[in-house]
Amino acid sequence: MSVHFTREHEWISVDGKVGTIGITDYAQKQLGDVVFVELPEIGAGVRQGEQAGVVESVKAASEVYAPASGTVSAVNESLADNPGLVNADAGGEGWFFKITIADPAELAALLDEKSYQDYLGTLD
Amino acid sequence: MTAPLRRTPLHALHGELGARMVPFAGYEMPVQYQGIIAEHAHARTKAVLFDVSHMGQAILPIEAGAALERLVVADLAGLETGKVRYSVLTNAEGGIIDDLMIVHGGYYLWLIVNASRKEVDFAHIAAHLPEGQALTPKPDLALLALQGPAAADVLKRFAPAAKLMLFMTSETLRIGDVKCAVCRSGYTGEDGFEISVPADQAESLARMLLDEPEVMPAGLGARDTLRLEAGLCLYGHDIDEATTPIEAGLAWTINRRRREEGGFLGDETILRQLVEGPARRRVGIRFEGRAAARTDAPIVDAAGRTIGTITSGSFSPTLQAAIAMGYVAAESSKPGTAVAALVRGKPVPGEVVPLPFVPHRYVKP
Repeated sequence: MSVHFTREHEWISVDGKVGTIGITDYAQKQLGDVVFVELPEIGAGVRQGEQAGVVESVKAASEVYAPASGTVSAVNESLADNPGLVNADAGGEGWFFKITIADPAELAALLDEKSYQDYLGTLD
Repeated sequence: MTAPLRRTPLHALHGELGARMVPFAGYEMPVQYQGIIAEHAHARTKAVLFDVSHMGQAILPIEAGAALERLVVADLAGLETGKVRYSVLTNAEGGIIDDLMIVHGGYYLWLIVNASRKEVDFAHIAAHLPEGQALTPKPDLALLALQGPAAADVLKRFAPAAKLMLFMTSETLRIGDVKCAVCRSGYTGEDGFEISVPADQAESLARMLLDEPEVMPAGLGARDTLRLEAGLCLYGHDIDEATTPIEAGLAWTINRRRREEGGFLGDETILRQLVEGPARRRVGIRFEGRAAARTDAPIVDAAGRTIGTITSGSFSPTLQAAIAMGYVAAESSKPGTAVAALVRGKPVPGEVVPLPFVPHRYVKP
C-alpha cells in the first residue's frame, strides 16, 4: 500500500488496483467546516487532474480533482449525513471515493508524503 | 495596484486568539477562530464577541438632523434622545448608497456605516450639509459587538444599567473603567450590544469580555451566516445603488410621515413603488439539500425560466440546510412558491419562505 498526493491537496491510497481518494488535512483546515460533499456516481469514469467532485465549506465550494484515472467503485456514503468527518479525519474516515485504477504509471506524476510536506512548506 | 490592508486596534489580539485573517473591505479581518459553525452556535446559545472596528463611525451636530433627513428614509425629526434607527442612504434614483445606524446622542447624531462604504457615505453626507455644519469621522473609535442570549448577563457584570436597556436604544456606560457609547443592537438576530470604545482601550475591553465564561470570539464567517439566518441585508450583495428599499423589503424603515411627505433623495421612485409594488422583491429561499446556492446563482421557476438571482447564500448551521436570499420577479415572491437555483449548472430545488429564516430574539418593550 502506498499513498500519493497532488498539489491540489488530494490524496490517493493505493492497494493493488484500488485507489481510495480524499483531501488532505491541510485542505480541510484551509476549507474550515465542511458542510457538503458532492461525489461522483459509482461506475463513472474519472480522469487524472479532472474534476471528480465538489467539497463545500460554509464559505465556499471547491473542486476535487481525481489524482488518477479510473472507474469509481465506491463512494463514502457517510459523508452525506456527516460531512464533518472530512474535518475530523481527512486522511481516514473522511475519504471521498474509491476507483479501480486504469493506469498505475500515472501515479509517478504524484508527490510522495515527504515531497508533499515540502511542497506545503512553500505555501505561505 | 492594491493599497495595503488596514488593521483594527484588535489586530494583535486576533493573532493571539488564533484567528484566520482575510482581506475584507480594505481591512485585514478575522474570518474565524475556532470554526464558523462553533462560533455561530455559540452566538445562538451563549454570547460571542465580534470586532467590527472596520465599520465607519462619524458624528454630526444635532442641528444637522434636518439635512441628514433629506438623505435617508428615516424619520429623524421624530427620533428621540437615546434611540437608535436602522435606515438607508438613498440616491436620486431611489437606490441604496448604504445601510446605516443613526443614534440620537442628545446634542449629536452618531452614525455607524459599512466599512466598504464609509468614504462614499461621508463624502455624500458632507456634500449635502449646509454651511457651518460638519460631519466628523471618528477613525479613533473601535467598535465591538457582543451578541447572543447571554450578552446582557455578561455586560451587566461590568455595567449594571446594560440589562435595563431596550433594543435599539443607546446609552453612555462605564464598562469596568472604560467609558463607552453602547447600543443595544446588532446584526445577528440575537439580543446584544454594540460598543463604541476609544481605540487605545479596545483591547483591554475585549479581553475583559472574552474572559467571561459565556463569551467566545467570533469572526466574519459566523457574522455572515448569523445575519443571513436573520434575513438581514449585506451591502454590496443584497442591497446596492441599483436596488431600492422597497425591492429590498425595507419599506418598514419608512414611517407614515416620511411616506406622506417624502423629501428624501429618490422619493418619487420609492414612494411610487410603495403604492404600485416593485417589479422584483427580495425573498428568502430554503433548499432541500445542503448544497449552497451562492451570490449570482440564477433562480429559475418550476418551468425552468430564469426569474431572478441569488444575492447571498450559505449553509445554515441552525437549520442544517442551505438557505439564500435573492431577488425574484414579484409574481414569484410569495412564500410557498417552488423555485430552484442553478448551482454548477444543475437546478437545486427550494421554496420561497418568509424572512427571517430563524426568528429574531430582540428585547422589545
